[in-house]
Amino acid sequence: MAVCIAVIAKENYPLYIRSVPTQNELKFHYTVHTSLDVVEEKISAVGKAMADQRELYLGLLYPTEDYKVYGYVTNSKMFRKLHNSFTDVMCNPFYNPGDTIQSKAFDGMVSAMMVQAS
Amino acid sequence: MEAHEEKPIIYTMENKPIVTCAGDQSLFTSLYTSLAQQLPKEPMEWRRSYGRAPKMIHLEANFVQFKEELLPKDGNKALLTFPFLHIYWTDCCDTEVYKASVKEDMQRWQNILRLHSSVDWLIVVVESDAKKKNKTNILPRTSIVDKIRNDFCNKQSDRCVVLSDPLKESSRSQESWSSFLTKLRTLLLMSFTKNLGRFEDDMRTLREKRTEPGWSFCDYFMVQEELAFVFEMLQQFEDALVQYDELDALFTQYVLNFGAGDGANWLGSFCAPVRSWNGLLLRRPIDMEKRELIQRGEASLLDLRSYLFSRQCTLLIFLQRPWEVTLRALELLHNCVQELRLLEVSVVPGALDCWVFLSCLEVLHRIEGCCDRSQLEANCSHTVGLWTYATEKLKSLGYLCGLVAENGPTSEDLNRTVDLLAGLGTERPETVNSMQSPYKKLKEALSSVEAFEKHYLELSHAAVEMYRAIGRMRSARLVGKSLAEFYMRKGDPERAEGFLEESLRLYVAEGWSLQVTHTRKQMAECQKLLRQTDDYLQTSALLAGDANLNQEERTHFCQEILSFASQPPGPSDQTVALSMAAFAQLRQLQFSPPGAVVHVGAALQLELRVRCLMPVAVHVGQLAATLHFSLEQGGARGRAGSSQRRPGQGPQGQGDGVVLFPQGSPLSGAGCSLTPALELYEMQDRSPSDSSLNSAGVVCKNVHLLLRRHDSNASLDTPTAGVLPAAVAVDDGAQMLRARDVTLQPGDNSILFTAPTGEPGSYTLRQLCGSVGRVQFVQSHIYPVVQYEVYSQEPQLTIEPLSDNLLAGIPQRVKFTIATGHYSIKKGDALQLSNTDSMPILHSSRCSATILSSTGGQLPSPHEHMGERALSIQSSEKVTSISLPPTPPYHTLEFQLEVLCHIPPAPLKLDSERLTNGEVRHRSKSRSHADSAMIHIDQKVSIDCPWSIYSTLISLTFYVPFKAKHTLLSAGRRKYIQVCLQNVSDSNFHLADPVLVERQPTTTVELLSLNAKRQQLVCSQQSLFCLWEMRWAKDLPPCLQCEFSASFVPISALDPPAAFKTYRYEFQLDRVSTLYSVKAEICPASGDKHCRTGTLCGLEVSITRQAEPSETEGEEEESTEIEGLKTTKLMYEVVDNSSNWAVCGKSSGVVSMPVAPSATHRVQMEVMPLFAGHLPFPNIKVFKYLPHSAAQVIQPDTDSCLENDNLSLLDKGLDDQGDTASIRSRGSVHSVGSGEQQREQQRGLPMPRLEPFSPGQVFNWTQGRQVLVLPATDDHVMEVNVT
Repeated sequence: MAVCIAVIAKENYPLYIRSVPTQNELKFHYTVHTSLDVVEEKISAVGKAMADQRELYLGLLYPTEDYKVYGYVTNSKMFRKLHNSFTDVMCNPFYNPGDTIQSKAFDGMVSAMMVQAS
Repeated sequence: MEAHEEKPIIYTMENKPIVTCAGDQSLFTSLYTSLAQQLPKEPMEWRRSYGRAPKMIHLEANFVQFKEELLPKDGNKALLTFPFLHIYWTDCCDTEVYKASVKEDMQRWQNILRLHSSVDWLIVVVESDAKKKNKTNILPRTSIVDKIRNDFCNKQSDRCVVLSDPLKESSRSQESWSSFLTKLRTLLLMSFTKNLGRFEDDMRTLREKRTEPGWSFCDYFMVQEELAFVFEMLQQFEDALVQYDELDALFTQYVLNFGAGDGANWLGSFCAPVRSWNGLLLRRPIDMEKRELIQRGEASLLDLRSYLFSRQCTLLIFLQRPWEVTLRALELLHNCVQELRLLEVSVVPGALDCWVFLSCLEVLHRIEGCCDRSQLEANCSHTVGLWTYATEKLKSLGYLCGLVAENGPTSEDLNRTVDLLAGLGTERPETVNSMQSPYKKLKEALSSVEAFEKHYLELSHAAVEMYRAIGRMRSARLVGKSLAEFYMRKGDPERAEGFLEESLRLYVAEGWSLQVTHTRKQMAECQKLLRQTDDYLQTSALLAGDANLNQEERTHFCQEILSFASQPPGPSDQTVALSMAAFAQLRQLQFSPPGAVVHVGAALQLELRVRCLMPVAVHVGQLAATLHFSLEQGGARGRAGSSQRRPGQGPQGQGDGVVLFPQGSPLSGAGCSLTPALELYEMQDRSPSDSSLNSAGVVCKNVHLLLRRHDSNASLDTPTAGVLPAAVAVDDGAQMLRARDVTLQPGDNSILFTAPTGEPGSYTLRQLCGSVGRVQFVQSHIYPVVQYEVYSQEPQLTIEPLSDNLLAGIPQRVKFTIATGHYSIKKGDALQLSNTDSMPILHSSRCSATILSSTGGQLPSPHEHMGERALSIQSSEKVTSISLPPTPPYHTLEFQLEVLCHIPPAPLKLDSERLTNGEVRHRSKSRSHADSAMIHIDQKVSIDCPWSIYSTLISLTFYVPFKAKHTLLSAGRRKYIQVCLQNVSDSNFHLADPVLVERQPTTTVELLSLNAKRQQLVCSQQSLFCLWEMRWAKDLPPCLQCEFSASFVPISALDPPAAFKTYRYEFQLDRVSTLYSVKAEICPASGDKHCRTGTLCGLEVSITRQAEPSETEGEEEESTEIEGLKTTKLMYEVVDNSSNWAVCGKSSGVVSMPVAPSATHRVQMEVMPLFAGHLPFPNIKVFKYLPHSAAQVIQPDTDSCLENDNLSLLDKGLDDQGDTASIRSRGSVHSVGSGEQQREQQRGLPMPRLEPFSPGQVFNWTQGRQVLVLPATDDHVMEVNVT
């Protein structure tokens, strides 16, 4: 189960970020932000090597002692669910692309994917 | 090889599969060298079980002397010491010898093998020619081999091979070698397959028992590692690695299961407290110490992991995959920490940090040992993780051992350090002599504060450098931030500042608010220590408004600012300018009046709504907005260009004077890395003359924002709220919006400004500045642009009629409107109207003016009533003076006056111009009013206004309510004058006393009125006809000038009956007397009493001269003298326009009338009635016929020719149709040739002229006469025309 789920805009700011337990929020933010380095690296590598082969799975981005950060994974059910929910948010005509995500449905779906922490 | 060791040393990597040699040892020794060389030369394909891919493999072997001890006993599963093949060597060629000893020896060997159920053996018979030659009683070679085969290889004849002359260089020898080696390899592989397969099966069986109690992972580990060893021995590193990976996965799974509550007994041994943390050891191929611990079941988790990884590392390096080592290492280290936590193994605090630190460095050393520098540099991304991890661990050790504290370690810290160092044990023999080993590094780093700092900085900088090199800026910043924390702990804020700033900039640019808040807090601390007051205050302001902080923290930072602000400034201290963005956000601004366009001096208020971000109420001494003033005075009232954007009508404006300020996203910094939204507005370019659309377009207003470069550097360096604005210049502009002593509550506040409107021009809000004691919060730009305009207006006088149309001849009310503009009407100011005769001003004593104040801008906004003032009007001979009441500027003064425009006697000449009282020349122009046929008079009034030295000319248009028309009527010689007076206005009038007089009365003519005496009502658009008979005694004057006059008064229900005014109409009558009379008779066909349709009738026309032409008339009439008789030529013409008659034959002609009274000319013609009934007579027209005379210089111009044509085109419609006889007969002579050709002829040739008579000169007796026409007898059909 996930302890932190973040959706990052292509400009690298968080569209949505949520973590459990909440007291470590800052640490998660730092971790997620730092792992963007690897995302950038992988994306640019993908761009060079296989431009036509659009692989959304970035795999393990940033292992830390306590947690592992995975990039957008489509080949697992978890990420497909996240992707579908994200698509729903984007399809909402009242959502302004670029704004932070405040959808309740998305939030609920993310909660279901998270560790049910005490 | 007897020198072979008793026990193979398995920790050298020189292991080879064991092959035993029995039989003739000296023979084998002689062949050993070549054999060892030849065996691996050629690869063999190894086909494998379980569907594994076949492999080409180079075989090597360790040849040892056969001993029975070498054969594995039952249950011994060791594979490394397992002899895969047993060879018996012999060069016996003598049957006797064979029988005597060799056979027996072989038998013994075979028995031993059989005892150990080993079936992998081979007998080699070496033949040599030299040996054969020595002996005489030599049996054929084959016989010995056959014997051996016969004795030992009952079905496996291939188990006995012959090697011929192995030491000779002959082709036969080579062939023999080759086949021998092939055999040897094949048998070896067969043995491998068989024995390894059996081993694997056993191993699997063992693994399947892992759920049984008493199963030991360590035992199983040893078994599978045996297999790994063999693969490694066979140089099959991949396969060997797989064995270790399987073990790794199995163990990991057990730990995870343990975490999930499913513990295995054997795991207990791994849960022992960690006592040693001396890190990985990767310098040996096999760490025998650890292996033995595992074998004995005494290994700790770290021991097992270390050993496993060291084996994996060795194999990966054999496989030339060093970067996988680094990745796996990081994973391993993370994993170990997690596993120890999961298994709840008790660890001395810091011990794991030591272990990780040492391990990281060990891995890095190992990698450095097998790669060159360039390779290392190119693969930073693989090693940097380990560097960072080591750095982190060293840092946490430093914190743990009090090496980062400003005061150095306490005794407790020192004790802890000693404990940690104890767990490292002694340095390993491999690195004892090297200068820089991980062990030495750690020991040194923990030895003193200085050494720690040196090592920590070294590692940190290395990590930062590597991250920079591979472009991982975020990671580099994170390490940098960690360094900053270190420096802060060390009390060195100068060094920390740079790192914090870099990090903060990144977080702000990428919009990560939690990081921004966290880093900013550290920054504030740093700046406070550095005494960077301005920066600290700015950061405090940002933090005070930061929603990520709790109320307490925010209040703290807010108090920091307020307490600074309240300090009395020192002599050198200046005010501190901070960015407004942190303090408050502009929400909206509202103009009142909403148009934001006012006249000079008018009141304009701006309501600014500000969201204060401070957590507590802040008292602002002064809130001021500087204004940029520009004289761009397009005459605000005149500016109506649709493309002009008015304040309040911007993209956000709702047209009600509200400017909304765009709000950044809640993440203050994210907005700047986002591209701003397009701001478009429509532009239309209209032609100034007729306001038709020339072009239309869309203009993007914020191109400068959108087309900015967007490379990563720019976006990171964009000045944002996080970084102070470069210079906040507080512009001391003269013009300001000011509000004093405002208390801003947290949240939305509303502040009212009164805008200066002293000078006309356009005012743009530039900066907003709030002063709190010594601190100023400045917003250097206000976007979107907010501006208002102040205009100045010239005073203006307009005069407009109260009703739709002003009528001439009747008193009319007009409204005077004075828009005072910037002029203030003082007491004594007066309007001077020049009096004109044609339009006197009728003033009464009671006259009052209304003063209205115009509030607001261009729109004709509702006027505010100010009150009524009396108006005094004095009139002198030339000037009417209207004294105006005092009126303030930008007000409207209104009053009404009555004027009367005299109707000039009609008909008016077009260009009549009359000078009135000498100086002013006023023009009365009359034109025929297009629709209502009203004649109007433009009356100009000249007015001197007090605000101008020039006179104002104002034109008023009056309409003449009547139109008169006169007609001369004749009855034989008697004459009547009819005047028709038409009321063309919309009002009703009473008319009285119509009078017609001669203007120059002659005694000869008397005008006898035939009209009623009473008043008559003439309604709108109706006419009144008046008739006079003309009587004269002697001769009629050729020209009669008359004047018609009538009194009129408008009928109004409201007004009391007014006095009658006179309307006059002058006209002139020429050529009044009758010259000719025309009579006509229609005679039915002979023998008939009445005319019948379709029958020709006779038409007799007689023209009689009634009077001799007078002298004047004679001049006009062309008279010719023919044979002494004076005649006048006339042309007559019979036309029937109503198509009742067909004129047959000649229809026109020219007659010469003798100039004698009662001279008559008769003409006979034939006409045919086309219809039955009382038909009017056909028209008979008479014209003057003026023949062409050569003397006539004037060539008949085309116009007159055409005129004649027109006259002659009597029946145009019919004429055009065609030339049937009947139509032609009805056509006129002239009409025939209306073709272009004939016209040309007419133009070219001199033609006689026709001229009509004036009305009354020719009297037609037949006018109105009718004749009865009977229908034709044989007509049974009667046509009835109903029209």
